[in-house]
Amino acid sequence: MRRARALYHSVSLPAAVTAMRRRYAALLAVLCLAMPPLYAKAAAPAPSDQQVLHVLNRLAFGSTLDDFYRVKAIGIARYIAEQLHPETIPEPFDLTLRLDQLGTAKADAVELRRLYGPLRPVLGVKPTPEEQKAQQERARTVLAEAQQDRILRALYSRRQLQEVMVDFWFNHFNVFAGEELDRIWVGNYVAQAIRPYVLGHFRDLLLATAKHPAMLVYLDNTQNTVQKNGGPGLNENYAREVMELHTLGVDGGYAQADVIMLARILTGWRLNTPDGRQFPNSAAVFVGSRHDYAPKIFLGHKMQASGRAEGEEALALLAGSPATARHISFELAQYFVADQPPPALVERLAKRFLASDGDIRAVLQTLFQSPEFWNSAGDKYKTPLQYVISAVRAAGVPVYNPRPLIGAMAALGQPLYGCETPDGYKNTEAAWLSPDATLKRIGFALALARGTLPLVATPAGSPFVLVSQVRPRNPVDPAHIAAIFGASLGERTRAALNAAPPGLRAAMILGSPDFMMH
Amino acid sequence: MRRRDFLRLAGGGVAAWRASPARQSRAGTPKSGMAHAATPEGQKRLVVVLLRGAVDGLNVVVPHAEKAYYEARPRIAIGRPGAPDGALPLDARFGLHPALAALMPLWREGRLAFVHAAGSPDPTRSHFDGQFYIESGTPGVHTTPDGWMNRLLAALPGPHGPTEALSVGPILPRILTGPMKVANLSLGPAATRKLPIEKPEIEAAFDRLYGGAGALAQAYREGKAAHAELVAALASEEQAADNGAPPPRVFPAQAGRLALLLRGDPRIRLACAALGGWDTHVDQGGPEGRLAGRLRPLGEGLAAFARGLGDEWRNTVVVVLSEFGRTLRENDAHGTDHGHGNVIWVAGGAVRGGRVYGEWPGLAPAQLYQDRDLAVTTDFRQVLTAILERHLRLSDQALAATFPAPPAADPGLAKLLAA
Repeated sequence: MRRARALYHSVSLPAAVTAMRRRYAALLAVLCLAMPPLYAKAAAPAPSDQQVLHVLNRLAFGSTLDDFYRVKAIGIARYIAEQLHPETIPEPFDLTLRLDQLGTAKADAVELRRLYGPLRPVLGVKPTPEEQKAQQERARTVLAEAQQDRILRALYSRRQLQEVMVDFWFNHFNVFAGEELDRIWVGNYVAQAIRPYVLGHFRDLLLATAKHPAMLVYLDNTQNTVQKNGGPGLNENYAREVMELHTLGVDGGYAQADVIMLARILTGWRLNTPDGRQFPNSAAVFVGSRHDYAPKIFLGHKMQASGRAEGEEALALLAGSPATARHISFELAQYFVADQPPPALVERLAKRFLASDGDIRAVLQTLFQSPEFWNSAGDKYKTPLQYVISAVRAAGVPVYNPRPLIGAMAALGQPLYGCETPDGYKNTEAAWLSPDATLKRIGFALALARGTLPLVATPAGSPFVLVSQVRPRNPVDPAHIAAIFGASLGERTRAALNAAPPGLRAAMILGSPDFMMH
Repeated sequence: MRRRDFLRLAGGGVAAWRASPARQSRAGTPKSGMAHAATPEGQKRLVVVLLRGAVDGLNVVVPHAEKAYYEARPRIAIGRPGAPDGALPLDARFGLHPALAALMPLWREGRLAFVHAAGSPDPTRSHFDGQFYIESGTPGVHTTPDGWMNRLLAALPGPHGPTEALSVGPILPRILTGPMKVANLSLGPAATRKLPIEKPEIEAAFDRLYGGAGALAQAYREGKAAHAELVAALASEEQAADNGAPPPRVFPAQAGRLALLLRGDPRIRLACAALGGWDTHVDQGGPEGRLAGRLRPLGEGLAAFARGLGDEWRNTVVVVLSEFGRTLRENDAHGTDHGHGNVIWVAGGAVRGGRVYGEWPGLAPAQLYQDRDLAVTTDFRQVLTAILERHLRLSDQALAATFPAPPAADPGLAKLLAA
């Protein structure tokens, strides 16, 4: 019974639905028998609490009480298999409802630019400074909604691995919301160029980011044009970073001449004009008159295509390179296993990457089955985002207003969408562990556990006003947290907890050295 | 130690300096410095400011005598001194970006110097490699596990206390990472607020949680110690010094606080701050614009830092570094791309400033690095070594520990610091 119920939300259900579930569970049992060994193992002895926590720590943003019991019930192999296919996991109704409230999160890039982009003269009359200021204010609300969208999904999506991979790939293909247009496009970039591809083929992800207007602005390819009349024309910024950071890696065997060649290949990939006269439905366009049509040899390959397709050919070439396979594999192993990833694991992942034509899902499958992954529990220091999200998930408090969480990440040095440099935020202990951060994290744990963060106060105009009036404070129940982590805390932490007043224990678990790691 | 300090004090050097007109003119500043006689003889200090993203050194210290400079930058060049919005005059060859006007008093006092055409010998144009190398102090070597300021801290003579090196900001930069203990502080408006753990009961509970020996426990203890020091150093002085009105922009405010903290705590010997946003590929601007908007608070911050240090200015050297320079030619987008040579800024009470050091390679086509960039004629480690040797008085052995395999000393830099 527990097993069948735990598949769904723990709410009481009409008898008919419950009966349907029983049938479903029976069907599932039959299916399990027919499945290959990975799935059969799921029916094997229940996993230990530590194993459950490990898989939720790495494939999800930490454990909630619900997830903890659910994975214990269905087993680890089944959980991993599910998470690798997020499209099969239904999202919670109230998450969908709340994401729908974020008006700009679903708008397309053209519409966003038209409604929130820099104002343009109308019939020759320039906008006043006041009008421009008001427009910038509106642009800030677009960014705020994009941040809230991301935080709410990280907290409540059942497609946790998908959201973890959004974190991974966004940092890999970082853009910075401080640039005027990227402030309004960063949410669209995540929704259109990142999230749909996070478990797909790397090449598709690379192309989606390359063509998104947010990237064209951020790494200046929109300025990259063919040299004419002896004037300077190339802008090599994107061409350099796409090889160094997105694909081959800095030691991937390319030189300055290759950077310039790739920049020439990508000439003409740019933003649409603000009025969009020629292509009214695109924010990003290929402009042939800006493109360098001379024949080219790139990294030893004679380019076959020309025009826009030439850029696609070059990016596909980069996506399929063994250097890219190694670079991506290293980063995945660093994110999921260890700051200094075991070389043998990186090698195996790179092989799988190449053999599967850059299938990210396949590479992750190999990674999650590796002994290196299972031997690394608790070895990674959480990034500020991972710390804040996992603390709130563990605490089980409702969040109607994610802004205090966004503020906490910024105070810890990781403002969401605020990384200026294209290498994105790092995920290593060396990058984040510091005296200042340690005390700030403890301060956050205390405020969260006491219920003094205004997480239930709602943004003005939101339909959740009633909730904020009813529950101004929401202290965390220590028993709730102890139920998840009780078995996995270190000896010192347990002794300190026993010696402390009960009212402090939730904060102590969330602020403990154990909880800083995952 | 104490006794020697006392003798030096009694020798009158400090007392004489205190009576100098410069100091008297600051008499309105309450309590400045003298409450902390703990550094009478002067703990020598080094402060490094990292400009991440490769600042355009050719528009910071402008080679206004070079025709090639104006030819290559028709839209973003800074005009010659005397021209409207032109460079501020430094010498016959160079001028300063007008947004750095706040630094001109230091230049005229001879407390600000530049080393032009300086940088890393490594040819990388990757920000991340470039920053790694100037922070590791080992150009071309990717495997160095620690930062040179951390190795420097270990090499400094004397017993080591808890907070000898400080980083401004919520994260520790690579330059300071390593086995030696280092603190960081945000120095934002909330920095001196009470810690949430300061209730005895809560503090005791977390002390037990973090009673172990690991890196996290160590960070916890460092954080508590640093916060206590900050509160002690700033709480009373700051309000009076600023009249409760901190400068509006972030860096000048942080720099002012850092100065007060250093003045109040003689144990801090090294400090580092990092500023981003210098990667001006697009719309860099000239006398005004994007780069100017970044330079102005930096200049004001450094000036505020020098002022705020009071007596301690003469014991302090500030170095401003960036990973590499930018292309001589402006690009189509009115910006500049990743280049090679840059300018290093050196300021401090003991600096022999008012001069642009370094061998100027010129900007004619044949003089450029790879046909596009200012060449590097001074290795950044040569500048740092000169400071380490003459200011921090490092032995050869300690120098070798800080910069393994350094380039030969540059005799041209022998006079960068007063003996």
